[in-house]
Amino acid sequence: MRVLQSAVVKKAAGSLATLVGVAIFVFFMLRAIPGDAISASLGTEAAGLTEVQRKSLEEYYGLDQSLASQFFSWVGNLFQGNLGFSVRAQQSVLDLTAAALPVTFQLAVFAIILALAIGVPVGMLAASRVGKPRDVIGQALSLIGLSVPAFLLATTLLTFLAVNLGFNPNGLGYKTFFEDPVVNLQQMLLPSLVLGFGISAPIIRTTRAAVLDVSGQDFVRTAKAKGVSTRRLQFKHILRNALIPIVTMTGLQFGYLLGGAVVVEQIFSLPGVGRQVLTGIQQKEYALVQSTVLVIAAAFVIVNLLTDLLYRAIDPRVRAE
Amino acid sequence: MTQLNRQSASPIKALALASAAAMVLVGCAAADEEQETVAPTASETQEPAAVGGNMVVGITVDPDTIFPWKATQFQAFRMLENVYDTLTAFDADLNVVPGLAESWEISADGTSITFDLRDGVTFADGSSFGSEDVKYSYEAIQDEENAAVARSTLGGVTSIETPDADTVVLNLATADVGLLANLTSVNLAIVSSDDTEESLSTATNGTGPFVLESRTAGQNVVLARNSSYWGNPTPLDTLEFRVLPDEAAIAAAMSAGNVQMAVFSDPITARTVSGGVTVNTTPQLSYHALMLNARNGSMTSTDVRLAISCAIDRQSVLDTALLGEGEVTGPITSPAFKSDPNARPCPERDLAKSAEYLAASGNAGGLEIDAIVAQDLYAGAVDIAQAVAAQLAEANITLNLEVLESGTYIDRWIAGDFETAIALNGGRPDPDGMYGRYFPSTGNLNQVSGYSSDSMDKLFADGKVEGDPAARKAIYDAVSKELEDNAVWVWLFSGYTYTATSDTITGFTPMTTGSWQYLRTTGLQ
Repeated sequence: MRVLQSAVVKKAAGSLATLVGVAIFVFFMLRAIPGDAISASLGTEAAGLTEVQRKSLEEYYGLDQSLASQFFSWVGNLFQGNLGFSVRAQQSVLDLTAAALPVTFQLAVFAIILALAIGVPVGMLAASRVGKPRDVIGQALSLIGLSVPAFLLATTLLTFLAVNLGFNPNGLGYKTFFEDPVVNLQQMLLPSLVLGFGISAPIIRTTRAAVLDVSGQDFVRTAKAKGVSTRRLQFKHILRNALIPIVTMTGLQFGYLLGGAVVVEQIFSLPGVGRQVLTGIQQKEYALVQSTVLVIAAAFVIVNLLTDLLYRAIDPRVRAE
Repeated sequence: MTQLNRQSASPIKALALASAAAMVLVGCAAADEEQETVAPTASETQEPAAVGGNMVVGITVDPDTIFPWKATQFQAFRMLENVYDTLTAFDADLNVVPGLAESWEISADGTSITFDLRDGVTFADGSSFGSEDVKYSYEAIQDEENAAVARSTLGGVTSIETPDADTVVLNLATADVGLLANLTSVNLAIVSSDDTEESLSTATNGTGPFVLESRTAGQNVVLARNSSYWGNPTPLDTLEFRVLPDEAAIAAAMSAGNVQMAVFSDPITARTVSGGVTVNTTPQLSYHALMLNARNGSMTSTDVRLAISCAIDRQSVLDTALLGEGEVTGPITSPAFKSDPNARPCPERDLAKSAEYLAASGNAGGLEIDAIVAQDLYAGAVDIAQAVAAQLAEANITLNLEVLESGTYIDRWIAGDFETAIALNGGRPDPDGMYGRYFPSTGNLNQVSGYSSDSMDKLFADGKVEGDPAARKAIYDAVSKELEDNAVWVWLFSGYTYTATSDTITGFTPMTTGSWQYLRTTGLQ
């Protein structure tokens, strides 16, 4: 138990350090990008500003403070639960993120479920007959998933269904599950499919490789010799032991999705965190971008932490270590 | 780059006539006798459409502000012009017509304009509108501290008087022929003297046909009918600006009937819209140019600039970079003052003449110059730059392209830190509004334009006060000629936008400026 506590403390300390690093990195990188909120808002019209007008706008956008002052003010506010304020939306970043995060979370969960539903069975089938048609089909499917860009698949699906079937729930304007569950699920269908199909590709490959690896181990041969049924062998002995790389891959992909599948959110008009960050970067809304990125990083770290804990549940060898 | 002025698909001839009529109305500032102008309002010229319904307009990004004096973004501008009113307005033919001012009188010397304000107008919050609101609004816009974007429009206004609640007098330092037209901008919207920037950043309080009902960041802005609007009530119950961040998504939503109107910049996407939708091609007042900074490097030589100008085939660049979707243009793009695109030292590409100019500049062996290009400000910039570079290479001029992220490009552009720049600049109906900031030596963008001269200063000064339309046209022809003869920049072409409207829409009139003000007369069948 003490070992576990020590491991969790170490992991938590590492996660905290990661978040501090992310905070510093994103804060200074944002300001290293040429331009500011004034030029992002006015474009080349900013050339016509007088000195007084520019100073007034710098004050309006909070650019009149020193970098150090801006940084410590932001960090200080974070500790009080204040993520900043979006001048553009005239709303707190906390409110904006609280509205955007559930959209992205729902999309990520649906996409991962679809990816696992496709990836694990196909990977297992491919590994069960190496070099045979089912393997070739499985590998081809994974290659297609990796090769077809999400934006192409998304745009094609969206246009084809809208033009030919008049089906475009995403054009209705986003509805939350609680506002309209039917429309919400319809709106999540196509983006989840697009993302799930793309993510299923690495899961197919990982599953196939892991299953093949485990299948060649002594305990599987022993189980076979003892007359264990194929079904039991596949699921209880092989799949369970092959789960660690699959869980690792799934965790990474889930974390990536929580960062916002920007392109898919953009094409399907889903107001998630990916779009929020993209808009923030385009408008040079520093508070919005840096705080949202920090929230995303925190989500990623938590998912990683949960993945590590999941290892212990899945594999007794990890518990033993 | 903010582009707010677009030209509709209306025939150019009609536009020219209409604009000439506009000039008659706006060009009376320096007339010998006082004149009074009363014309039908923008609303009165339209037949009301069917009453009721909720209409959706697809936009790619949500309005970045709801405060009219600081709005520069296209979407914000188009939304706010349906919420706020101005003293004067444009009708569909670009005639200046009464807005909140019912009529106006211009003094004999053009230095004073007296506006008679409309009676019975109230703000959305129920408070009454009067001359104090006009004075408050214009003085606040003039105040540098407020950083209002249209401050320079009121630069010539020396004082504002309010003899009574229905009368406002603007006193000017000198006559300003374009002022009545310039007052139509929503950046000069009249707000209540009880309101502040802070209060109007979270809620609107205008005198226009709509009021803000709700605003959800990244999703939509919903306007509702203003029941106390002074003009004909708008037929629509609500008008939603729905954010669909990708043009393909808007096209799909229009095909599925979820959206009734949108403007596309990409012709291929616009043509994918199907099912009861009409797409109109609309030429723009904005123009693509190769800006030459005559105060920097080899561009200080007029011969070098002329060599560049003669070496470029504008139509070929247009065909290569934008698939021919546009028109070759000279400096002035507004219909009433349009420059002849062939009135330049080399009307056609002339490599022999280019070589002569190059030799005269002392660069017979060839020349290397730098160009900044924005990668992500607008579509086609890099394609245009590459097509221009390929043509210049045939004239022994090497154009080194610096392809920059938009922030870097804007910083360099603003500072005039470039030898040449591929640019898409906005156009305006009035040439003084279009170039009065660039080429007079006192213009606030003169350091960016890189060129000024005594003769140019005089031409712009004359153009500002000249009331006779023909004489004014001659002045801006002379401006155009000086710009082309000195190859100040290389004007390339104007592009198009594509307005898609569902066949269920009635009463919408596209404006030559790209304005959506006629959403106030739009209804659904």
